[in-house]
Amino acid sequence: KMARDLSFRVAVLFSFLFFGFINFVCCNNERRVGDALETDFSGLSVPLEHSFELDDTAKFVVRGTLLLKTGREPSVALSQNPLSEEDRVKLKEVAEVDGLYRIRVPRVSLQADRQTEWQVDGYLTAFVRACAMVESHLSDVITLHTDVSGYLIGVSIVTIPGACRGTKVEDEVDLEVFNTTLSIMAPVNAPGPETSLFLERMEQETEKKGKNPQEQKSFFAKYWMYIVPLVLFLMMSGAQDQSGGGASGRAAAA
Amino acid sequence: MAKLILLLLNWIFLCCNVAAVFEDQVGKFDWRQQYVGKVRFSHFDSHMQSSKKVLLASESNVFAALNTRTGELFWRHVDKTGPEGNIDALLQHGQDAVLVIGNGHLLRSWDIGVGGMNWEMVLDPGSFRSACLVGHQGAVKHLAVLKKTVISLHYLSNGHQKWVENLPESETVDFQAVYSGGNGEVYALGVVPNSHLAIVVYSLEDGEITKQVSVEAPWLSSIPASCSVISRGLLTCVDSTTMSLYTLDLHLQLEMTQIPLQTLGLDVDPGFRPSLVSHQPNPAHPPLSEFLLQLGPEHHLLLQHNDGQIVTLRDYKPALLASFATAGEKTVVAVMAPKNKTACSINLFSAETGRRLLETTLIFTVDPNGGKPEKLHVQAFLKKDDSVGYRVMVQTEDHTLTFIQQPGRVMWTREEALSDVVTMEMVDLPLTGAQAELEGEFGKKADGLMSMVMKRLSSQLIMLQAWIAHLWKLFYDARKPRSQVKNDVSIENLSRDEFNLQKMMVLVTASGKLFGIDSKTGDILWKHYLENIPLNAAFKLMVQRTTAHFPHPPQCTLLIKDKDTGLATLHVFNPIFGRRSQVTPPALPQPILQSLLLPLMDQDYAKVLLLVDDQYKVSAFPSTKNVLQQLQETASSIFFYLADSGQGRLSGYRLRTDLSTEQVWEVVIPTETQKIVSIKGKRSNEHVHSQGRVMGDRSVLYKYLNPNLLAVVTESTDLHQERSFIGILLIDGVTGRIIHEAVQRKARGPVHVVHSENWVVYEYWSTKSRRNEFSVIELYEGMDLYNSTVFSSLDRPHAPQVLQQSYIFPSSISTMEATLTEKGITSRHLLVGLPSGGILSLPKMFLDPRRPEVISEQSREENLIPYAPELIIRTEWFINYNQTVSRVRGIYTAPSGLESTCLVVAYGLDIYHTRVYPSKQFDVLKDDYDYMLISSVLFALFFATMISKRLAEVKLLNRAWR
Repeated sequence: KMARDLSFRVAVLFSFLFFGFINFVCCNNERRVGDALETDFSGLSVPLEHSFELDDTAKFVVRGTLLLKTGREPSVALSQNPLSEEDRVKLKEVAEVDGLYRIRVPRVSLQADRQTEWQVDGYLTAFVRACAMVESHLSDVITLHTDVSGYLIGVSIVTIPGACRGTKVEDEVDLEVFNTTLSIMAPVNAPGPETSLFLERMEQETEKKGKNPQEQKSFFAKYWMYIVPLVLFLMMSGAQDQSGGGASGRAAAA
Repeated sequence: MAKLILLLLNWIFLCCNVAAVFEDQVGKFDWRQQYVGKVRFSHFDSHMQSSKKVLLASESNVFAALNTRTGELFWRHVDKTGPEGNIDALLQHGQDAVLVIGNGHLLRSWDIGVGGMNWEMVLDPGSFRSACLVGHQGAVKHLAVLKKTVISLHYLSNGHQKWVENLPESETVDFQAVYSGGNGEVYALGVVPNSHLAIVVYSLEDGEITKQVSVEAPWLSSIPASCSVISRGLLTCVDSTTMSLYTLDLHLQLEMTQIPLQTLGLDVDPGFRPSLVSHQPNPAHPPLSEFLLQLGPEHHLLLQHNDGQIVTLRDYKPALLASFATAGEKTVVAVMAPKNKTACSINLFSAETGRRLLETTLIFTVDPNGGKPEKLHVQAFLKKDDSVGYRVMVQTEDHTLTFIQQPGRVMWTREEALSDVVTMEMVDLPLTGAQAELEGEFGKKADGLMSMVMKRLSSQLIMLQAWIAHLWKLFYDARKPRSQVKNDVSIENLSRDEFNLQKMMVLVTASGKLFGIDSKTGDILWKHYLENIPLNAAFKLMVQRTTAHFPHPPQCTLLIKDKDTGLATLHVFNPIFGRRSQVTPPALPQPILQSLLLPLMDQDYAKVLLLVDDQYKVSAFPSTKNVLQQLQETASSIFFYLADSGQGRLSGYRLRTDLSTEQVWEVVIPTETQKIVSIKGKRSNEHVHSQGRVMGDRSVLYKYLNPNLLAVVTESTDLHQERSFIGILLIDGVTGRIIHEAVQRKARGPVHVVHSENWVVYEYWSTKSRRNEFSVIELYEGMDLYNSTVFSSLDRPHAPQVLQQSYIFPSSISTMEATLTEKGITSRHLLVGLPSGGILSLPKMFLDPRRPEVISEQSREENLIPYAPELIIRTEWFINYNQTVSRVRGIYTAPSGLESTCLVVAYGLDIYHTRVYPSKQFDVLKDDYDYMLISSVLFALFFATMISKRLAEVKLLNRAWR
């Protein structure tokens, strides 16, 4: 429970941080990076690439730069350029033919000791439908997933709203600026069986029992008023049976 | 007070979940079949004339005795799996059978009468080579075990070691065989490959080396493969390169005598490795001077050594198999010769003369759907007139044992292939003729009002006819005593029952034999042996067309894939009759990476099977125009994933209209830290009835029901108990989105996973606490549903809430599966196969992450059980009561026509079938339901109202008169 609370709190914290960054990203599309934040993100910078083509072939071009803060508590920030006129038109065209909008990031490790050298040994890719990208006015949520050792293992992208309803986006300005929510997720620790809490509870109960003298009474002491008449009754009926002999017994059985 | 309530609650839950069988229900809904496995050694118990036992030691490390009259087990001992329990040798003498187990690790003696163990000895380490019984002066009291470096002699009575001696020059000489001819000496025979033969003679009394010689034999590489001792210590070998027989008298000679086969007028079939078989009826006496020589696949010879000469007694050609057998003082040779395509004849020959014994012919009918005969086990006995009679047990390539009596009566057959079931499916039985007729009417196209009416009338008439026939049969059967009413099940009269409880089980075994078993009785209705199955084949069985599409026959497809090369073949068959289908499967020249069965159907209602090859090209089966057109239309919504556990790569692909694919997502799990061990999706035939759970405050918590969700389990490469972990990833198979990622630290595999509805249950070994633990993950969308009408992985932007809880489980487990019912209304149970042979039906209610630690009014309202860290095994939860299922490897569940009932098959060494009722039989009247009482009460009430009405009338009349 504690662990869950903690992770939840951490998650909340992160999301707050990221909301901060989104704003920052939105305001600073021309890569004007704030001084205070720059010192925070002195980690790794890797390109975030995207691709949207009419024939659905992958031709990745740089969309922005991910600044990954490595170390024990990894975090991430993104600075990206607005879409060019040409790209906006293309994206709309791709959306009309229900093409895909793909993104990719290189596989890197966020571990402190490996941050100096990252060589490309493959990419992690994800996609959304291009129409969803257009209809959500470029509001996407990108999540980077790491494994236990801080290696990036996957990236996911969703748009909010996620559906393609076929609504036309007339205003070109809506497709200019990315409204990205970015987060990085490390695996959560799965809980083990919680024995300590259970034992505590059991102890408390036994204590409570010990305090309450009424509960201490034995079974017989508590219910003697029911048991005694029952026993008496049984004895009486048994005696009758014996005195009455076989005939009455049979009658009783019948 | 709280504790009392807790107790009461527990008690109520227990009452809800009691699923025991009554004594009179044993075997009514369930059956078990016990198997032995592929037979490696067999011995007929011949020490008593009237004995009816055959001892079998199998490659599955099972030692058993069968009743030769019925083929049933007398007793069976199941040892450990793997090389630890491997049975190296079986020696039988009198009432004792001695096994050498685990590459010479253990020596065990069994009493074959009752199957009890006499004694067990742990031997010195060393790899096992050979063992033999040692007799002296007519009595057999010892047993010699030859290992790589030592030879030891043990007493047969208690297993104690008499002596143990090191083998001389064991670094260079490879000792391979041990022999004793009953003269107080034990011979250890070794070979230096392609150089010479080493013979060391030990004295039986004290283990002293009495003689040690080495003999030139540059052609020899393996003694057991090409040599045998015959007569009074005459080592005889056969060599294919020099085309010669070699003999060596172990007592006298120092050099081998070469006898070219040509001088005997013999010739070895090209490319065949000849072999020699000798026979020693009694270990206290030397072997016979006659021996069998096989020179070709269908060529056997009976030879005799006579005064230093080898003479041919009889030439058997063609002969598939030949084997010695002894009854009393007489030794015979049984020879199996092919007669025609469907039958073989077996004849007996006197071993001494080679003459054929009269009236000993036995016909063995070769099953066209079975394998070729592989081994011949002969039980010879003396008849009253002192002539030799015999029975044979034929072992075929498909691991079948057939026991035959003269003149060819099959007494029993055992399908030992069923001890190794790999995968299975349950298929609905077809409708009866009348039902099919009605179904067919709806299927046909309408052609005019009048003809339709006529058709309807005729089909109604047929149904009426069938109904009357059924009634007549019922009436007729009712008059007969119950024991005489037989339910003959044959393929012809198979039909679906009212509640679809009887189904056809289609089982695929590792040997490549397919079986169709009636789920009600366990009878094998059809079998089909597939030849040329690679040893390491992987099988995937798919039902392409069910029985619901009359008149199209049901169709199953078996994908057989060679794990090394990736090359695959398809076997398409009718699951009801087992016959190969008319449809020709496509040839698959490329290695296959993935296969998927789409819900799309062609015009003949066969589901489309997509096969992805290593060029990421997709081929469809069936690939008619109709199918290709449908595929083109829906291509953009067909996604599939590939997993490469070697590289830790999971990648998603989308189908293009030209049946090529494009990669759309990729997730890579670094192999340095963890490796993917299993990926579990959901079963496609699963139904979820309720979309949410009603909470204590009457609000609804909606389940996250993603049909594309995959549960990926990884294990750490670091196995240190402090650093090892297992990882659970929940990935959407369409978008590649990681929904949830968790690590269970200080845990180790093997991990068993069940993934269903909105939950994943897994079991692992906790290295920290040294115990087995269960963990459950449940996914919820929250209090409101994003899109309640349809689920699309592409449009579900919010991540679900994840709840998880873990429990201690007091036993390790072998396998796990969840129950499955028709509509998903019935509560779910987990069926857990335990190594003890029990199958536990564990209510999912106990594995619920919402079990509260502190009881509140709301949780009580919701019927949540308070959290307790331990899951307790209750004996009444065992669905197989005392019917132990050995080595459970898998559990298969299938829904029946009754919502309350789930059909369960557990397979391993044994096969067990039963029905389970997770929420009790809420839709069935009990077996002992008192129809009599209820109807008599109704009638009584009816009459009572009639009478009282009449009485009331009379009373009213009387009052009126007054």
